[in-house]
Amino acid sequence: MIELIHVKKEFNENGRSETIHAVNDVSLTVEDGDIYGIIGFSGAGKSTLVRCINLLGRPSSGQVLIDGRNMMELSPKELREARKKIGMIFQHFNLMPSRTVEENVAFPLKGSGLTKEEIREKVHRLLRLVEIEEKAKDFPAQLSGGQKQRVAIARALANDPRILLCDEATSALDPQTTASILQLIKKLNKELGLTVVVITHEMAVIKSICNKVAVMEHGSLVESGDIFSVFTDPKQQITKTFIRTTSNVSKVYELVDTDSDVVRLETGEILAVLHYKQLLVSEPLISTAVRRFDISLNILFADIEIIDDKSIGDTVVIMHGDYENLTRAIEYIESNHVEVEVIKDARISA
Amino acid sequence: MPGFLLEMQLPGLMPDGGWILLAKKTITGPAFIENSLPNVYAHWGDFLSAMKDTLIMELWAGSVSFLIGLILGIVLTVTRPGGILENRIIYQTLDKIVNMFRSIPFIILLTALMPLSRLIMGTAIYVRGAIVPLVFGCTPFFIRQVEAALAQTDYGLVEAALSMGCSPLDVIWRVYLKESIGHIARGTTITAISLLGLTAMAGAVGAGGLGDFAIRYGHDRNMTDITWITVLVLVIAVSIVQTFGGWVAKKNTH
Repeated sequence: MIELIHVKKEFNENGRSETIHAVNDVSLTVEDGDIYGIIGFSGAGKSTLVRCINLLGRPSSGQVLIDGRNMMELSPKELREARKKIGMIFQHFNLMPSRTVEENVAFPLKGSGLTKEEIREKVHRLLRLVEIEEKAKDFPAQLSGGQKQRVAIARALANDPRILLCDEATSALDPQTTASILQLIKKLNKELGLTVVVITHEMAVIKSICNKVAVMEHGSLVESGDIFSVFTDPKQQITKTFIRTTSNVSKVYELVDTDSDVVRLETGEILAVLHYKQLLVSEPLISTAVRRFDISLNILFADIEIIDDKSIGDTVVIMHGDYENLTRAIEYIESNHVEVEVIKDARISA
Repeated sequence: MPGFLLEMQLPGLMPDGGWILLAKKTITGPAFIENSLPNVYAHWGDFLSAMKDTLIMELWAGSVSFLIGLILGIVLTVTRPGGILENRIIYQTLDKIVNMFRSIPFIILLTALMPLSRLIMGTAIYVRGAIVPLVFGCTPFFIRQVEAALAQTDYGLVEAALSMGCSPLDVIWRVYLKESIGHIARGTTITAISLLGLTAMAGAVGAGGLGDFAIRYGHDRNMTDITWITVLVLVIAVSIVQTFGGWVAKKNTH
């Protein structure tokens, strides 16, 4: 378990009187087995925050507890030992260019007390785990970005850490490679019981693997919670902005603004977005509404995702029917935990 | 046809200036040397001893400078603001000292350091007397070369090593030095060649060497063939150093 308690990190540039509050009074708890996402725009302080966990950047004040142990009170030697149990991977991989893949993974094992043969064996086991064993003799420069990150993950796991810190680990990768690296991280979380902290500026990353999320802005944590509740019920504007980036439903607003043919309504129609917050897959909500209230319903586009094994997302529809029935249909849909946001209304008022 | 004695010896800096003798051989020079390079031929013995002096100065001053420069270059790198052993006082002091010595022209350094030379080497003249000023002239330059080489190391590598539980000493050995062997080799090559230039001035304290040889005979006595041959030897020496340095750098770059 990682506990950050009122952590502050200030930078005081030499010769400048102003102090930069990179991390401003952040408290958060990461439980064992979590994949905890921390999202924010660049400069929000998230990379500084993650460096407070392994004390690569020592907090100016506050406490950092890992499994109840106060990291700030450790001697330099104890801290080095503690760091061996906290793996870290980086945006630019940070592999040693003069060493082969094998030597890179063996790097943290020097002085571990293992024999040469044991190290060789362990290195190959790790390379198999991240599925890159065939590149053992290659130099980093010969690898693609995704392969480099796999090697970096193997290296981070060399000392059997219980925690893995990922600092923008997929930000330099293309979408497909990002997905494969995220799947690997998820697999490690499941198979090794690894607690993972993921720093990113992409909501899609959070959405695909995290079970908890914290949103950072200007050094402060503005919103946090389990992923499903944050996604379905975001409180802060910045959180909503991030969530919107992951959905193509926001396009509908542009279409309305530009008065596109797609969203032009006939009399008696309404254009609405159905926000699914808790979809019960067993219930055919839309077809029930259509049949029961004698309306017609045209789905323009939809974006439904499975997050944390639950459905969430939006569907943009045009509904046609008489005023009474449309109103009742909307009430019915809303009573099933789906928020109906009417964007354009061309109903004939009764 | 007159021959001359070539002694193959290991340059050593014995108190008596003695060498360790490896082999002795009498070489008979081809006639064209005698005809087309009469002055070189006539002063062959001096020429050989000038080469020997240059070699001694280069090797001794170079080795000492390499060691001190490497250590101080590392110290500057790790103590600089944001470095792994950040220390304002050490960094600022060392930085200023390096700048000071770099700004003193070598010819002034040669004479200014005579008392120190006498203290360390027992004499302020000849080859032995030139070593100390050469070290002082060369080391600050090499420190900057090392600093520049280590600065090429991506700080991300240092950060990664620290995150894996490396101590500052580990980071110096296993990241800074290991990852910049190529850059250090290039810096060493540049320094070795510039040191060769400095040794040419060492004649001012009677240290001899090729530069002095070329001035005394080639220039002062207008023996042009000596100047040309000296330059040729220096060109060959520089090429060897450059090629070797480039080879080491290439072998360590992936």
